[in-house]
Amino acid sequence: MPSKLKRVAVDPLSENNPITIQVLGICSALAVTVKMDTAVVMSICLTAVLALSNLTISLLRRAIPTRIRMIVEVSIIATLVILADQLLRAFAYDISRQLTVFVGLIITNCIVMGRAEAFALQNPPLPSLVDGLANGLGYSGVLLAVATMREVLGSGTWFGWRVLPEAYPGNGLMLLAPGAFLALGLIIWAQRTLSGHVEND
Amino acid sequence: MELASLAIRSIFVENILLAYFLGMCSFLAISKRVQTATGLGMAVIFVQTLTVPANWVIRRFLLDPGALAWTGSAALAALDLSFLTFICFIAVIASLVQLVEMILDRFFPRLHHSLGIFLPLITVNCAILGGSLFMVERSYGFAESVVFGASSGVGWALAIMAMAAIRKKLRYSNIPGGLRGLGITMIMTGLMAMAFMIFAGIQF
Repeated sequence: MPSKLKRVAVDPLSENNPITIQVLGICSALAVTVKMDTAVVMSICLTAVLALSNLTISLLRRAIPTRIRMIVEVSIIATLVILADQLLRAFAYDISRQLTVFVGLIITNCIVMGRAEAFALQNPPLPSLVDGLANGLGYSGVLLAVATMREVLGSGTWFGWRVLPEAYPGNGLMLLAPGAFLALGLIIWAQRTLSGHVEND
Repeated sequence: MELASLAIRSIFVENILLAYFLGMCSFLAISKRVQTATGLGMAVIFVQTLTVPANWVIRRFLLDPGALAWTGSAALAALDLSFLTFICFIAVIASLVQLVEMILDRFFPRLHHSLGIFLPLITVNCAILGGSLFMVERSYGFAESVVFGASSGVGWALAIMAMAAIRKKLRYSNIPGGLRGLGITMIMTGLMAMAFMIFAGIQF
């Protein structure tokens, strides 16, 4: 059992990464990655919501009727997201303004629904919690990689500290939407080459 | 004129998919065939045009601070229910999608058949919830929210149809292993987003 739990914890970090391999939850990975601090806050929010929703749904899994399970799942997730949003507004108002609608959009983030459907409904609470945490961390890893690439190349800073020389003009494209797509495309390429995953159409 | 300008802006310049990244999951999963992409695009236009104004009404008459003033009760008028926005919006979207599906099934069976499995999928499409949240964020009025709903749906449909057409051509090219599928699609979406940015500055 411990080895199985270890698999649950390690797989989503690279081999079965939610973004690059399972192709879930891409929207927010692109939108909040202009700067590192928004990316970090978003990662924490999503990991917390994902772990708690997996835990709650797994605890309730015998009580949820199959026919209305989607609605039950969505209401659990929406409740957790409201909590996260209210906490952000109370303690990190600036960041919450910068994240705009994307905290609310965790509700429709396919990772949360996907893990609830694929894992939490069939598994006991502890592995579900671990699965939620691990998938959240896998998501956070990609998010931070994209944000690093965009902030360093786009404005020459990292967490607001200047890392490239003052003379670096800043590549504006990386800060705009196309830069996010290109950065994520390249990161997916690198990650898949390293883990040997090939998709066949 | 302002409405026309808003429509152009939300279809092209601020395309909900290419500039705000909403609805990426279904965009990536369903853009393999042109026909299915068109079906899903139509369903999104349809649902988006209905949900954004519907959520505007909910927000204006139920959730905003003091929105319950129309009931005439001072206790209700003092309530601020805006923290319920997310859960109300998602419930409205889910039930509206269900309702649209039932109505189509009853009165337009052919259209229902061609949209098929895409209607229920739309509930979890973030472009739909995102559209409603942007409507709140930018404090649109009722007319604006109708125009914004319809045109952001059209923008999304346009993007997914174009991507399906490109991916069809792409099947004949030899792409490096790791880049196949998701990787190359992201990079092409980036190029498409750049092309759509050219429309910035068109005003009426």
